[in-house]
Amino acid sequence: MEAHSSEVFVIGLTVFFLACIIGYYVVWSVTPALHSPLMGVTNAISSVIIVGAILAAGPFGHDTSKIFGIIGVVLASINIFGGFIVTYRMLSMFKKKPKKDKKD
Amino acid sequence: MSANMVAVLYLISALMFIFALRGLSHPESSRLGNIFGIVGMIIAIITTLMFKSVLSYVEIGAAIIIGGAIGTFIALRIEMTALPQLVAAFHSLVGIAAVFVAAAAFYDPASFGIGKVGSIGTSSLIEMSIGTFIGAITFSGSVLAFGKLQGTVSGKPIVFKFQHTINALILVIIISLIVIFVINQSPSIFWTIVIVSILLGFLVVIPIGGADMPVVVSMLNSYSGWAACGIGFTLSNNLLIITGALVGASGAILSYIMSKGMNRSIISVVLGGFGGEQAASSVDDNSDKIVKQGNAEDAAYIMKNADSVIIVPGYGMAVAQAQHALREMGDILKKEGINVRYAIHPVAGRMPGHMNVLLAEANVPYEEVLELDEINHDFPMTEVSFVIGANDVTNPAAKTDETSPIYGMPILDVEKSQTVLFVKRSMATGYSGVDNELFYRDNTTMLFGDAKKMCEDIVKSLA
Repeated sequence: MEAHSSEVFVIGLTVFFLACIIGYYVVWSVTPALHSPLMGVTNAISSVIIVGAILAAGPFGHDTSKIFGIIGVVLASINIFGGFIVTYRMLSMFKKKPKKDKKD
Repeated sequence: MSANMVAVLYLISALMFIFALRGLSHPESSRLGNIFGIVGMIIAIITTLMFKSVLSYVEIGAAIIIGGAIGTFIALRIEMTALPQLVAAFHSLVGIAAVFVAAAAFYDPASFGIGKVGSIGTSSLIEMSIGTFIGAITFSGSVLAFGKLQGTVSGKPIVFKFQHTINALILVIIISLIVIFVINQSPSIFWTIVIVSILLGFLVVIPIGGADMPVVVSMLNSYSGWAACGIGFTLSNNLLIITGALVGASGAILSYIMSKGMNRSIISVVLGGFGGEQAASSVDDNSDKIVKQGNAEDAAYIMKNADSVIIVPGYGMAVAQAQHALREMGDILKKEGINVRYAIHPVAGRMPGHMNVLLAEANVPYEEVLELDEINHDFPMTEVSFVIGANDVTNPAAKTDETSPIYGMPILDVEKSQTVLFVKRSMATGYSGVDNELFYRDNTTMLFGDAKKMCEDIVKSLA
């Protein structure tokens, strides 16, 4: 019954709180000008949920779980590619432009 | 691959994600950060593909290619002004993907090492249902937010009687359903949780609209992270837990910053209903006041003879797609030796940092784009403030009128500059429904018209 022991849960909880604290400090250091790219990139990385979807889609056969897994992989992939690319597009706009200011 | 090896690779992947966020502390390091993120994701995916139980590479490969192609297509095609909608749509995908992964774990717990069908561990069931619950709310909430931002659904807050009571009741129902689910592990209860949570997601976003949208978008960003966390706990996967927590924290902080930018608590934003009703009270009581009107030529003349100009863009600039014409105007003024800068209010636009991206798109150097705290004390020394598409964020009533719904909101002190040029389509109120007394001040000149057209005309007059 208890395949998922309470020990595993406590480890998970430890990781969770430490990650929240890291997230807190890292995100406050993000410059407000880049808050939109921040949303883009967090969106992309939250699709790391694809890991779970791949595990579900992994085994041979065609049971319900596998179908859900495949759908999950498709949805998460849209996000991963879309999220990183749109972030890339935003960030490349913030590039320092070569000063071709014709100051005469 | 050994379990330890997997753990180490997942850890590297998680560190990459942290670096990805860290890179965003400066525009120059941000692109490298994005690459870290991509590398982290590749490591995570390849590591998972190496699992012994993962065999059907063809199906998974096809799924990644299909999803990747769709994502790439959308991301390359999207207009920068439509970013808020896009982000909302992406959040909904994270939410629904979380539901599918949770469902997969429920139907085939053995693949995830959490027991057998019908005898899944209690803690796994609780984590699974929480992940499902948050995922489903994220999904429907984001779909509605997308509709509101896209304009397919009315952007106005929709308020009805007993709204909060109904939401609280639904929450109680969901909790009871989760308890029943944990006891009997029935698929029908699982799907009922999904459906009721989807309903709750709609109801949570329905009363929020207009200028509160940046908070909603950030909040859903946060939810999508917590959903990933819930799944991480279900699968005892530290990578998912860490990433989910990072994203959750990020969204929560952005929501906090946005609510603070409006001087409102997150709670009051979430409860919704801002705007709308107040609009009725303040209509017409200023109809007898005098408004000074000008045209593009006047504006060009005033700015040409100034030493310093601060441009204050708002959502109206995005709607009119005026950023390029605006930058052109700024360039000409700069060539005349005028000090041109841009002032961004934290809640300008429909998502955090929206204005910054649009100005960057139009090639405005980011050094010229300043935040409220950085530039607000410069307004008294500034000759011209050029307000384009912003309204509430410049309303002095926020400082003086205690009865105003926007009282206490930090605003850009444009009224302290010598002249205010206010580009606006009409005398209509902003999203808060509050009249802006700035329009009637002696040092304000209203420039009525489309923001883009106005900038183009000013450019012509300057030439």
